Amino acid sequence: MALTKEQIAQRIAQELKDGYYVNLGIGIPTLVANYVPDGIEVVLQSENGMLGMGPFPEKGEADADMINAGKQTVTVLPGGSFFDSSTSFAMIRGGHVDLTVLGAFEVTDQGDIASWKIPGKMVKGMGGAMDLVASAKNIVVAMQHCSKDGQSKLLKECTLPLTGVKCVKKIVSDLAVLEVTDKGFRLLERAPGVSVDEIRKATEGRLIVDGEIPEMQF
Amino acid sequence: MNKVVKNAREAITGISDGMTLMVGGFGLSGLPENSIAAMAESGVKGLTCISNNAGVDDFGLGLLLQNRQIKKMISSYVGENAEFERQLLAGELEVDLIPQGTLAERCRAGGAGIPAFFVPAGYGTEVAEGKEVREYNGKPHLLELALTADFAIVKAWKGDTHGNLIYRHTANNFNQAMAMAGKITIAEVEELVPAGDLDPNQIHTPGIFVQRIFQGVDYEKRIERLTEK
Repeated sequence: MALTKEQIAQRIAQELKDGYYVNLGIGIPTLVANYVPDGIEVVLQSENGMLGMGPFPEKGEADADMINAGKQTVTVLPGGSFFDSSTSFAMIRGGHVDLTVLGAFEVTDQGDIASWKIPGKMVKGMGGAMDLVASAKNIVVAMQHCSKDGQSKLLKECTLPLTGVKCVKKIVSDLAVLEVTDKGFRLLERAPGVSVDEIRKATEGRLIVDGEIPEMQF
Repeated sequence: MNKVVKNAREAITGISDGMTLMVGGFGLSGLPENSIAAMAESGVKGLTCISNNAGVDDFGLGLLLQNRQIKKMISSYVGENAEFERQLLAGELEVDLIPQGTLAERCRAGGAGIPAFFVPAGYGTEVAEGKEVREYNGKPHLLELALTADFAIVKAWKGDTHGNLIYRHTANNFNQAMAMAGKITIAEVEELVPAGDLDPNQIHTPGIFVQRIFQGVDYEKRIERLTEK
């Protein structure tokens, strides 16, 4: 069974380590905050200018001056801080953020990513995605393995305009966990009930399968 | 050192056709609402606006877009605005999309007297087209140029008569960097106090960067995406 969006987020949350500063992108990555493992403390960075981002506010307590990068109203946790955009990207560009999780339209077996523009259809802008992928030490991509019509999104070359090159380290899709290596996507884990063959068929880029591939554990 | 002007209309005096403006805010948070409304009323046109976003159809810079007062937007993300998209596809509007961190730093650099700098963002993408590439620490970087503006228009929470500013929560965003980069910087604030009333330890933007300040009125502070538990 392919993973739900919540399960993708839940699996990515296993990548969190105690003391991490983490930037979560819009969409599935945002859900990762709901699955931080017990006993682990992470601090969420929102690139519009906040560390220590907390959950959505209680009803009636939303504040127009307190939003996340997706423009949703949020709260701040004890120990949090606010700062301007230039300082925020100094944290990102300067390599102070430990983990970046973001979505993608396509990735390649060399770690290239396309996530911001579909020519002729959607041109909204890259926001902070190009800054994040160019500088993060550790990038995990949350995505669907194939498009709705069954085309692989894990490719040899991106067909859409790039967000960054040779930057993605790990991918958690609805079918698999994969690591980007010099020789292509290395299959690390399978979604429960999904076979290596199914993953191979769904992956256009080079796929490395070494020995027995375990199922993801939740 | 008294930089107080009466209202938004007086503050925008001198903003004329074809000028380049920086406008603070992220989404609808920290927007100089009063100044934008005054510009919409003034009818000034042919503007180049440097702003992270373009507002929504009927708020923020969307108001100036509706009136066709903007010739060019320099932004990082311009979704959420149907009129914007229409003008863009119809070729009525020029748009320069810039990675968000690069945009913030280009504004900061403009105010800080740094004409250009190298960043890794955008290398290998269409953002890199025509830009000098240099390798530092084994990694390719793009040469990016500083931005300045004829007027920078920012919004703060509190300000004093000397132009010192304090922002609130995430409403700081681009305001602090842009306040440094205007030939003339206009600050509108929710609360204007006499010099001496703000704690100097808490100032985000020192008054030296600000030429005009006024107390805004009737802040709507619209929320773009209300999300609650």
